[in-house]
Parts: sequence; C-alpha cells; structure tokens
Amino acid sequence: MNELNVKKRVAVVGAGMTKFMRRAQETGKELAFEAARQALDSASMRIEDIESVALGSAPDAFDGVHMKGEYLLDGAGAWRKPYSRNFVGGGTGVFSPIHGWFHVASGLYDTCLVVAEEKMSTCLPHPQTAFLTIFDNMIERPLGPNLIWIFALEMQRYMQTHKIPKEQIAQVAVKNKRNALDHPSAQIAQAVTLQDILDSEVLAWPVQRLDISPVSDGACAVVLASEDVARKITDSPVWIDGVGWNLDTTYWTNRDLYFPRYVASAARMAYGMAGISNPRKEIDFAEPYDPFDYKELHHMEGLLLCRKGEAPKLTAEGVTQRDGKLPICPSGGLLGVGNPIAAAGLMKICELFWQLRGEAGKRQVAGDPRTAVAQAWGDLMQIGTVVVMRA
Amino acid sequence: MSYKELIFDAAVKAYADAGVDPRRDVESFVCSSEDFYEGTSIFDEYVPDQLGGALKPVCTISGDGMYSVSTAYMQILAGLFDIVAVEAHSKASDIVNISPIYDLALDPIYTRPLGVNANFIAGLEMNKFLQASGANHLHCREVAAKNRRNALSNDLAMNGADLEPNSNSSGFISYPLSAEDVAPLADGAAVVVLAGEDAAKQLRDDPVWINGVGWASDSPTLETRDWERATYAALASKQAYHQAKVHDPAQAVQVAEIDDTYSYKELQHAEALALTGRDRAHTLLQDGVFDVDGQLPINPSGGSIGMGHTLEMSGLVRMIEIVKQLRGQAGAHQIHGAQTGIAFAWRGVPTTSGAAIVLSNR
Repeated sequence: MNELNVKKRVAVVGAGMTKFMRRAQETGKELAFEAARQALDSASMRIEDIESVALGSAPDAFDGVHMKGEYLLDGAGAWRKPYSRNFVGGGTGVFSPIHGWFHVASGLYDTCLVVAEEKMSTCLPHPQTAFLTIFDNMIERPLGPNLIWIFALEMQRYMQTHKIPKEQIAQVAVKNKRNALDHPSAQIAQAVTLQDILDSEVLAWPVQRLDISPVSDGACAVVLASEDVARKITDSPVWIDGVGWNLDTTYWTNRDLYFPRYVASAARMAYGMAGISNPRKEIDFAEPYDPFDYKELHHMEGLLLCRKGEAPKLTAEGVTQRDGKLPICPSGGLLGVGNPIAAAGLMKICELFWQLRGEAGKRQVAGDPRTAVAQAWGDLMQIGTVVVMRA
Repeated sequence: MSYKELIFDAAVKAYADAGVDPRRDVESFVCSSEDFYEGTSIFDEYVPDQLGGALKPVCTISGDGMYSVSTAYMQILAGLFDIVAVEAHSKASDIVNISPIYDLALDPIYTRPLGVNANFIAGLEMNKFLQASGANHLHCREVAAKNRRNALSNDLAMNGADLEPNSNSSGFISYPLSAEDVAPLADGAAVVVLAGEDAAKQLRDDPVWINGVGWASDSPTLETRDWERATYAALASKQAYHQAKVHDPAQAVQVAEIDDTYSYKELQHAEALALTGRDRAHTLLQDGVFDVDGQLPINPSGGSIGMGHTLEMSGLVRMIEIVKQLRGQAGAHQIHGAQTGIAFAWRGVPTTSGAAIVLSNR
C-alpha cells in the first residue's frame, strides 16, 4: 500500500438513520428508503444528484431473501444507477463507507449514497438460528456451535490473559446503555446498574444477557462527495481521511483470541493513510464495535488506543465516559442504540459525522473534537474495518 | 474438488501467469459470492486462506465477479493499491435444487406468493423481447447451437456439441423458452490479477488494459421493469464506453463475450450494448456476423451455454476469455487481430443488474 498515492479527498456531507427497534413494521426496502431519504434531506440533495450507490447488508438468512442487495435496490435509491453490495459479515457497516469511498476516491463518481440495512426480526424463531449456518459445514456445524459460545471463548481468553474481573467488563454495558438515553433512535437505552448486568441471566459463561446487544431492525445512510462537490453542498464537510480493513484466517481455532490482530492491521492501514502516528494522542473520541461489552475493550486495544489489557482500567477510571479524556461510544453503541448488524456499523459513522460537526446534541462530547475513528468487526472473529474521519 | 480447492487451483494459475507472489505482492483481494448459493451464511469467512489473503485487506462483493473487478479497479484508481486479485467461483453441483433458491430472490410479499419460477420469468421476458424485436424462438436456438459449436474448440468448456438448431426439440419449459435455451450449471473458479499502470508494465510486456467499466441496475420488481430491452446493459455499457472513449461500439470492438444465461439474452444484450442496431441482432446472427469467423464474433468461447453457467463467476469467465483473445492465447477459437473487446455480465433472474468491461491490448 502506498498511502501517498491517495490524491482525492472524500467527504461525508449528509447522514440519516431510522429508529432501531425490534419487529419493525416497515419492510427492509422501506427502512432503507427512510434512512436514504433522511441522509439526502440533511444534505439538501435529491436522488438525482446521486451518481452511484453502495449498499451494505449482512446475511440473507435474516430476511430469507436471496440476493438481498437486489431486493433492497429501489428502497436504497439505486434505480438505474451503478449499484453494488459489499458484504464482510459484522464488519459490513463500517466497510460500506469504505466501499463508497472507492467510488468517489477513484474519480469515477463525484457522489455516492451509502446505505446499510438490516432486518433481523423476520428470522424466526430467533436470528441466532441464522448464525448457526455461518460455521464450516463439515468441521464445525456438526458440533452445533453458536455465536454466543464462541464469543464466550474469546471473552474468557481475554479475561484470563489480562486477569480482568467480570465487573470491569460489565462497566462498558452500564456506560453505553446510559449514553444511549440521549440518542433519539436508541432501542435499549437504560439506566442500568453494574449489579443489574451481573445479575442477568447467564447464557454461556462469562457472557450474560445484558453483556450483549439486542436483535434489531434498522437502516442508516450517509452521502459521500468529492472535495469540490462537498464544498458546494456544505460549509462543514467531514472528511474520510483513513480507511482500513483486514481479514484473518478462517481457522479461528488456530489463533490466540486474546488480541484482534486483524483490527490492529486495519487500524494501522487507516492511521497510515490519515497520517496519524500516535492514535492515543491524536484520536479525540472513538466508536469501536461493541456487540458485546468485552468487545469494546478488545477493540480499543486493537485500535491501538491503549496498551493491551489496559482498556478495562481506563474504563474503570472514567476515561471513556462521554466527559472523559477519550470518550468511547458516545452514541451508546450497539449495547444501547441497538444492533441491526450492517446498519449498526454505519450508525457509528453517522455518530462521527454528527459529533465532528458539533451536531450531536445532548450526546456531544466536550472539547471540539477534530479527529475520530469508527470500527466494526465480524465473520469468525476475523475481520476488522476501520474509518478515520476529521472535521 | 471442494470450492476451496477450486479457488486454490485458479489462484495458483493466475498468480503464476501474472508472476506475482500473493503474500508478497498482492495487496488486496476482492471476492464474489452470494450466501444462498454457498449454503453458508457470511461466506466471506471462507475465502482468505486458499487465496493467500489471510491478514490482508480482503472483501466480498455480493455480486458477479465483474462487479468485484470494478471494485478492485476503483481501489487501484484511488491510489490505494498497486496489485489486487479478484476471485469468483461456482460450486453449483453442491446445490441440490437451485430453483427454490431463485424463488427466494423474489419480493417475499408481492411476488413470491405467485409461485413463478425463474424459467417462467425468463420465458415471459423472452416472449416480450421476441415480439418487440421481430425475432422468433428459432433464432434463439441458433444462438445456442452457435455457442455449443464454439465450445468444441475451448478446452475449458463442458457443453460443446455440433448440433443443428432443432425446431423439433424437447418442447417448451416456459413458452417460448426450451431446455436448449438455458445454460447448464457448472462448477469452477476464476481469479484475475489487476495492476496499476506502472506495476503492470513491470510485470509483463503484454498487459491487457481495462479501458472502461460500468455497472447498473434497472427496477428490481417484476411489476415496474423494462421487459423488452436490457436497460441495465445499455446503462452499464454506456459508462464503460464513455470511459474507454468508444463512440461506435460495433466498429471499435472486434470480439464480445456477453451474458447468455438464456439464449435470447445474447441477442437482447448485443442490442443493448450497441453492438448491433435495435432489432437487428437476429438478422446479423443469421448472416453469420457473430460466428467465430464473422465480423463481430460473440461468445467465441462458447459462452455460458457452451462452457457451462457458473453463477457469480460467469462475468469473470467472460472477461478472462477476452483477455485470452487480446493476448492471442485463445487457441482454436482465436479471433485474429483482436485489439479491443467487451465483456458483459448479468446477474440472472430475477435481477436487472449487469456489469460491462471494455478491454484492449494497446
């Protein structure tokens, strides 16, 4: 990779999202439309102003719709436009704006509408049944593993390596669910106590019910534009200055799960492009992927925002609170706002956009933030997707 | 062979052909798959190792391999990478019955309850196209016969045959569509290596250049789409021609490899790609213009009808066949003196999505 070759700057000029909820009455197309419409409205643009569309959505098995990208096409505003769907599992939400970035940074298009949609609650009896089909069909599926089991393994390994007490990890859920109280689109914002988390049902030790984000429906969208066009659209574009993604080996059983090295590689790529040499000093706030509370900590370390094993300590000290020195998930994250897989990742990009424009309302982090990072994670504990944005 | 073995096989051949080491030289990998064809959700989990892509930037595009080529192309144009590999594959033989999978691509509320299958929809569209263009189903049988005959000289093809276009065939599966009009499913894997201009010139003396790419979609609903013309193909190729500065495609292009999932699609796509005038394709076909020794050979490889239909890999096969033609390595079906070619992919029923690429050896 030669980051010096990247010449075109790409900006986010608009963002929108639906409310995240369980059992939305809207179809997936309608959710995509609502988010896309909001994003366009926020940039005072019409669909005719959009030259290309990039869609992100996670497994077709949720909706039971084959070629879900084709199905969502008109809802996402892509009729008679260049349109394609990217898919990197749970990492999709933050990869979608990267996919959109390709469209604009390549010089092929001046604008790209990025839409991420997920409708999980159509999967009956529970979306976890769709996740049963993600495992290797010969080696793993006969064992009947599910996602909560394998994440319990990863969480256990992380806790054991750094001797982290469960209480420190549960603090993340307390923080994020409280942060989400200020998010108008949040699904499970709640003023929970540490004890509530620790008393919740054990699903696969050490994972308890309130350690996990919910099943959600929802969609998000952002509008990307080339530098010239962006400056005509708005006085306050937010720049995508770094993109990175990295996929580790399929054989997750063969690597040490205590540290997400693929996230670190993706982060290094994005920081390199953004000219960031010391992320701990240069990043003002972050939205790491938090489908489980331990993942926020794991990903802070993967994003090189602290030393390995240090994230729980920073959390305990209040550094990661919205008014702390390094706010983490000021949106409320997946634990508070909800987790419609691909849309949840793009929600983090929307949050960066609003925060960096000073438009986050009650969620606004202090101190005029200029640089922030968002990240998502997915597949078999395998992919990291990272975007660095600047005001 | 498993899909992993097929992909490994194709990757090794592609890397050897390009003279690259995937661990050292290839900076990014773009793969192509749809979960329901694979029988595995989040299929992109299963791609890195056999490609040499583990711990590197690897992503999946849920689409035909030609869409993945366009993504890799954008990555290179953006200045992000110099060398990118693109992968697509088909393990169609693992699919017990593909028809219900196609059915799941229909809108679950409005059209799926009607119980219309993919061949039925293709038959409807074929009827509309034939009626509008003045062609008939025997022209379509001629397309199939041409492509199967062409496939006889392609070592990679599985469906080569020298048959007379038969009006007395097995009958219609959905009037006017007959079994002969449908490309049979096949397994396979394809990998291509793309490189930026400087890197490409260092790798080899005879690179084939991508002069333009385009992709586009019409309406996804059966109710509101253009049934008569392949609007998506017209839109996609317009972009590609514009980038490639091709003003008169029929003159500029010496060879075309275009989607023939169904025989009528070759004619419909040829018109939409402006390789022929409107309603002219069937006449030119009869005049032999599209034959291997004709003025504008279409699918000299045998196309999907002759080579086998490889699901999301189809577009990459079409592209590879053009690359071989432009390098003069197409063997018995070589079109002599070919300098510019077009490849076009369609994502199949019930989509209205397609991608085009204009390639040149100079």
